[in-house]
Amino acid sequence: MKKPAAGRWPRFALRRAARLLVSLWVLVTASFLMIHLVPGDPVRAALGPTAPADLVLAHEEELGLLDPLWQQYASFLGRLVRGDLGVSIASRLSVGETIAQQLPATAELAVLAFLLSVAVAVPVGVGMAVLTRRGRGRRAELAFTGTNVVVSAIPDFLLGVGLVYLLAVQTHVFPVAGRAGPDSYVLPVLALAIGPAAVLSRIVRVEMLAVMEADYIRTARAKRLTPVRLHLVHALPNAVTATLTIGGLALSALVAGTVLVENVFAWPGLGSSIVSSIVAKDYPLVQGTVLVYGVGVLLINTLVDVVLALLDPRSAIGEA
Amino acid sequence: MRAALRRPVGLAGVVLLVLVLAAAVFGPVVWGDRATAVDTADLLAGPSAEHWIGTDNLGRDLFARVLVAARLSILLALAATAISMVLGFLLGAAPMLAGRRLGRLITAAVNVLVAFPGLLLVLFFAVVFGVGARGAALAVGLAGAPAFARLCHTLIAGISERDYVAAARIAGVGRVRMLLRHVLPNIAEPVIVYATMAAGGVLLTFAGLSFLGLGVQAPDYDWGRLMQDGLNGIYIHPLAALGPGIAVVLAGLAFNLTGEAFASAPRRAHVLPKAGQPAPATAPAAGSVLSADDLRVTIPGPNGPIHAVRGVTFAVGDGEAVGVVGESGSGKSVTALAVAGLLEPPVRVEAAHLVVAGEDLLAPGAHRRLGTALAVVFQDPMTSFNPAHRVGPQLAEVSRFHQGMGRKAAFARAVDRLNAVRIGDPARRARQYPFEFSGGMRQRAMIGMGLMGDPRLIVADEPTTALDVTVQRQVLELLADVRRETGAALLLISHDVSVVTDVCDRVLVMYAGRVVEELPAKDLRTLARHPYTRALVAAVPDMETDLDRPLAVIPGLPVDPVETPAGCAFAPRCPLADDHCRTVAPPLLDGVACHKAGEAP
Repeated sequence: MKKPAAGRWPRFALRRAARLLVSLWVLVTASFLMIHLVPGDPVRAALGPTAPADLVLAHEEELGLLDPLWQQYASFLGRLVRGDLGVSIASRLSVGETIAQQLPATAELAVLAFLLSVAVAVPVGVGMAVLTRRGRGRRAELAFTGTNVVVSAIPDFLLGVGLVYLLAVQTHVFPVAGRAGPDSYVLPVLALAIGPAAVLSRIVRVEMLAVMEADYIRTARAKRLTPVRLHLVHALPNAVTATLTIGGLALSALVAGTVLVENVFAWPGLGSSIVSSIVAKDYPLVQGTVLVYGVGVLLINTLVDVVLALLDPRSAIGEA
Repeated sequence: MRAALRRPVGLAGVVLLVLVLAAAVFGPVVWGDRATAVDTADLLAGPSAEHWIGTDNLGRDLFARVLVAARLSILLALAATAISMVLGFLLGAAPMLAGRRLGRLITAAVNVLVAFPGLLLVLFFAVVFGVGARGAALAVGLAGAPAFARLCHTLIAGISERDYVAAARIAGVGRVRMLLRHVLPNIAEPVIVYATMAAGGVLLTFAGLSFLGLGVQAPDYDWGRLMQDGLNGIYIHPLAALGPGIAVVLAGLAFNLTGEAFASAPRRAHVLPKAGQPAPATAPAAGSVLSADDLRVTIPGPNGPIHAVRGVTFAVGDGEAVGVVGESGSGKSVTALAVAGLLEPPVRVEAAHLVVAGEDLLAPGAHRRLGTALAVVFQDPMTSFNPAHRVGPQLAEVSRFHQGMGRKAAFARAVDRLNAVRIGDPARRARQYPFEFSGGMRQRAMIGMGLMGDPRLIVADEPTTALDVTVQRQVLELLADVRRETGAALLLISHDVSVVTDVCDRVLVMYAGRVVEELPAKDLRTLARHPYTRALVAAVPDMETDLDRPLAVIPGLPVDPVETPAGCAFAPRCPLADDHCRTVAPPLLDGVACHKAGEAP
């Protein structure tokens, strides 16, 4: 019960860092093995059956595929540490530079969509919780859960198609595709944000409903505070823990969701390039892109855990 | 099954699912020819009576193609779900199958993999298995396995604690047999529910993959493929992209709604009948800080309304200490919450009057004055502080909100009050979180919170029940000291007769939502006249109790609060009860509600 406050944070940091490192190692190793798991000869597959044998051999040599596996693994790790992700088979450009060019467009999309979904989900969830608490507002509850189930059943790329049809093709309010001015961001961000917003608002509402029944809320009510203070200061921070956990999952799913939405909107980000490079079997580029996505997801998860620990100090010691 | 179908959501889900599956089974048979009939005279046509959502670039009817595509879409989704299920179950059962060390390693690996979003795993496996329907099914299936494994692991961990599994293990049942015969049947239901919902998700993922061009390849087509073909022509022919999209959403919904309907047991709504005529308002007792007349509290329950408090009349004078005793379910805690004004709809509070510290609690409003004039101490100190805030600011809030103090001044007062309730090193403690306090410290801090204002009444609902005996004593002494210093009145709720006799001037004995006896605390042990009070007192062991004989108990069970009897509620357990007791409820006369008051058993 009475743990010394000083020992808590270093131990949490150590444990969380260890988990991050293990996950990173799994990610790096998996992306290394990816090429080796491809059945047959990956370079032959990439260059096509008509490519001359010496060209295939040259590429294999360049990729180090002729060395023993452990040596390949060691040099792969070595190059990663130096930030060298190799060279694309198709374009002969550095994978690192290609990704660096495309990453900002994807990151912008993901971050904006996440912020939008949180900005919508928290007030909506809290509002619906207050309105529908203890069996009140049954119609509002039915309308909310009904809309929510339907909206969260629509995948983001379909939403994108629907939005393009309604707001670009039919009414010409926003551009159909591409990344140019601020208005070109509206539809892709909406397409990405609506699904997570629906899921998150449902979680916020359920958590708020649970928290509002807690003993400490009764204590707060005994202090005769205003309803606003009761809900926002006393209830919401306790509902945030679970919301943030789910929110973190939603955010990392959102990072992956950019792949589809970018393809709908011809967005010049990582998502467009990973699909074309998978189809073209440009393995070094795929490998680098998967690594970058994976690292992004891991960093988000770590960030969420740190924020959680700051908001709710119990989670820093409670987690096994 | 029936219960799920009776709800509109469940019915809609099942009907949709039947329709979708019917399309998958019969679609290619019925519409197969139409879907492949090339009509070069009618390329990329819009919707018409003949072609409901138009034609594609070879003049083929798109509506027929959407229906035909149902089979491949559903089959691939089910195949991928099956792969996830089998693999996930094996991984989740690893601790049981593969032994402890390997099992832990697999569980750790699953935990790492679960952190990655499904689509990323799908893309990874799509690289390995190559582009195409079979590769995509494998990719989606493998990518779904970690989440499935996590679910199975949790379920199996819950099951393997059970006695019958332990018994089977001791009996030497083999691992595989144990898994198939003893574990699998017990986790089947939640697994199937999850799998149904997962199939909906897989369907959408698959549509996404085909849409990207990584899934089904021409000339085959599923819904995602049709959408991709349609997207290029969205300017001239939007329905070509939206039609298969709607099919995907409907099919996804069918799986999700069906799963959801079976997952959540139907909740029945219970609404209290309309309130009767309010009792004519009466005036509060003179010189009282708390006055209640004919207080009634009704709570909606699963089997009808619960009459938790059934007409209680009492008053607490200025500076007086009144105890309320009774068994669990006697309505004493509900009475405390009612007089503290902390019951909310749908719980209904009615009374001829209910006045606390000059505030009429039956009148609507925030009753802000009670924030300082009334202190409430709750039963469980472990859960009554807000875990998200430090202790000091939680106390200081009262002064900041009600007394207009600044942050610093209020915090200083909080430290001072923590000191007043004898918490050592209060300045440091005020900066700590509740979880860093012990139970007794929290209860003292809770009393300190009540002292932030200028309380005229302290309502303490079982304040010592959750604490161990030595700490109980400290908290009771603190309450007594506080009363001496502030002159506040006390309403102490307790099931512990000895606690109440030590602290209080007067005692109310409650049974089945009514006051059955009211008497001075010093007379409780000797002069009680109600058979229930006597039994309650007799059940408390003291120094003279003969430990060789069985401890005294009150025979029978407390009355069911839903079925309130016509006569005396204690009659079924009372040694003195006769037919008159069972039919006519005794009124509270001269401090006791009993037809046989004072008679010897």
